[in-house]
Amino acid sequence: MAHHVRTDYGDSDPLFPSKAAVFWYAVLIAGLIAAPYLLESYYLSQLVFIMIYAIVGVALNILSGQAGQVSIGHAAFLAIGAYFTAVAQKHGLPLVLYLPLAGVFTGIAGYLVGLPALRLHGIYLAIATLAFAFIVEEIIARWESVTNGNEGLMLPPPSLFGLKLGTEGFYYLCLLVTVLVVLAAINIIRSSTGRSFMAIRNSETAARSMGIDTARYKTTAFALSAGITGIAGSLYAHKMSFISPEMFSLSVSIDFVMIIIIGGLVSLRGAVFGAIFMIMADPLLIILKDKLPLWADVVTHGLYLPDTVTQAVQAGVSRVVNAPGLKSLIFGIIIIVFIIYEPLGLDGRWQRVKAYSKQFPLARQRSARPPRMFLKSERR
Amino acid sequence: MTFFDVKNLTVKFGGLTAVDNVSFGINEGEVFTIIGPNGAGKTTLFNLISRLYTPSAGQIIFRDEDVTRLSAQQIAGRGIARTFQNIELFESASTLQNLLVGRHRHSTTRAWQDILRTKKVREEEVAHRRAAEEVMDVLRLQRYRDTTIGNLPYGVRKVIEVARALCVGPTLLLLDEPSSGLNVDETNAMAEWILEINRRLRVTVLMVEHDMSLVSRVSDRVLALNYGKMMALGTAAEVQGHPDVIAAYLGA
Repeated sequence: MAHHVRTDYGDSDPLFPSKAAVFWYAVLIAGLIAAPYLLESYYLSQLVFIMIYAIVGVALNILSGQAGQVSIGHAAFLAIGAYFTAVAQKHGLPLVLYLPLAGVFTGIAGYLVGLPALRLHGIYLAIATLAFAFIVEEIIARWESVTNGNEGLMLPPPSLFGLKLGTEGFYYLCLLVTVLVVLAAINIIRSSTGRSFMAIRNSETAARSMGIDTARYKTTAFALSAGITGIAGSLYAHKMSFISPEMFSLSVSIDFVMIIIIGGLVSLRGAVFGAIFMIMADPLLIILKDKLPLWADVVTHGLYLPDTVTQAVQAGVSRVVNAPGLKSLIFGIIIIVFIIYEPLGLDGRWQRVKAYSKQFPLARQRSARPPRMFLKSERR
Repeated sequence: MTFFDVKNLTVKFGGLTAVDNVSFGINEGEVFTIIGPNGAGKTTLFNLISRLYTPSAGQIIFRDEDVTRLSAQQIAGRGIARTFQNIELFESASTLQNLLVGRHRHSTTRAWQDILRTKKVREEEVAHRRAAEEVMDVLRLQRYRDTTIGNLPYGVRKVIEVARALCVGPTLLLLDEPSSGLNVDETNAMAEWILEINRRLRVTVLMVEHDMSLVSRVSDRVLALNYGKMMALGTAAEVQGHPDVIAAYLGA
């Protein structure tokens, strides 16, 4: 195994672990900057959704992955950010002002939700955040004077310094925000605040004995996470250019939790992987839906099966691919598979592939397996 | 100046009086040990001092300040650090990260400064790192610096927990059964380290311990508890020879 040689205390947690990492991140950023000229508009639009989901993933990573607090109500924070944006834009605030303000406003909401969280743990906290999400959805639906109720609100296209942002402009705005959010999250995680989150997740008793004000840091985690989600909500509102209460339902919150479960709770990279998976799963399933009957056709004809069998297979395949709720079923299966076989998510898989290629001829499957723990952590 | 004083400390859990009217004082610079059979209330007493439990009656004075009503995190802020009998390390993190958490009370930056990673944050990080490295030097933990706690053997974890407590920069260090689960070699090393922490780093140590050879080797004074009550207080030899203590351990 290669080890990092450190030469001073300042670089204990560098932004980039190595020169190679600097290079590859530069390539990634260059690719993303070039994307509007390379991709068709549909994929560019998917990329914007991926970035919005990745921002939410980062927010949930801070709350759940770092501080160990559960939330299945993050759609509510997305909604608060989105509606704040719609209302602020209607009142003529410029984007440079309302985008950060959406974060601050939602952050305050998150702080308030964090207060009851001080007394709740695990599943009870999950239920409380769920209840909060329902309350927010209901308020939005009923507070018609501001939110226009179930009819929703239209948003004019965003403009920056008087310039209307087109598809490409908005893409670059999202890219910039995503990069800034990820940088902020990295800075938080490698600081005293991030270590306090980690301490609270691992052992609250020990955290308190080390002088960590657990109440303060839990609410900080909630506020930060909500604030980041609010910023994502602001971008989301512009992306959709129309918002209504049912766009922020429970299933959206569940989608967000899936981002970090599939991506991996441990790292920010996981949040991005999860976002890519969640957004790209849809078009992939649609492609599959188109192609599967064709493939079945080819196979049945290739085997020279009798016509009745061919017809039965075709009918069966088309019934399956057109079945309502198929997507939910597939997602459900994927989540179960991930929890059982890859609890570290896509990021865990990525780490293993990387370790394998680094140690190439010497790599053994067993060396990549996470060690089993028979001590206290196992019992929890 | 009173360094550390416990006055008439009592805690009741329902009908059970786990710590019953216990009073003692610790002088600055000594190693003070609490012994007693299982269920004597030693760990409860520790939890009262580190304010994880709230006493029903009595007072705890630390450096002329009544700390009885402070919260657990404020206690750490006053310079009282502790370890746990069953190890409460942050298992998903590396040794270094664990020690850096110990430095928490020395960090003055706020969350927004951490987000921007201002110059002050960077300078403090270097200071924390240096302090953690110094503690690792003393306890010979450098080779475990980047290893996740979950992958380390019990004996090493025990030492890391002491190291984390030292990172708090304590004037009073509470060690809850530092030798439990350790083999003879590890216990000897632990005894050396307790003495080194006490003599070289000038930290006053209050510990709970069962291993009498370790107790007599490092302690200046020993307090024996039984059923939450004080039985004997004196040097290790005096307490070991006390008839009540012998009766409590051997059952007379």
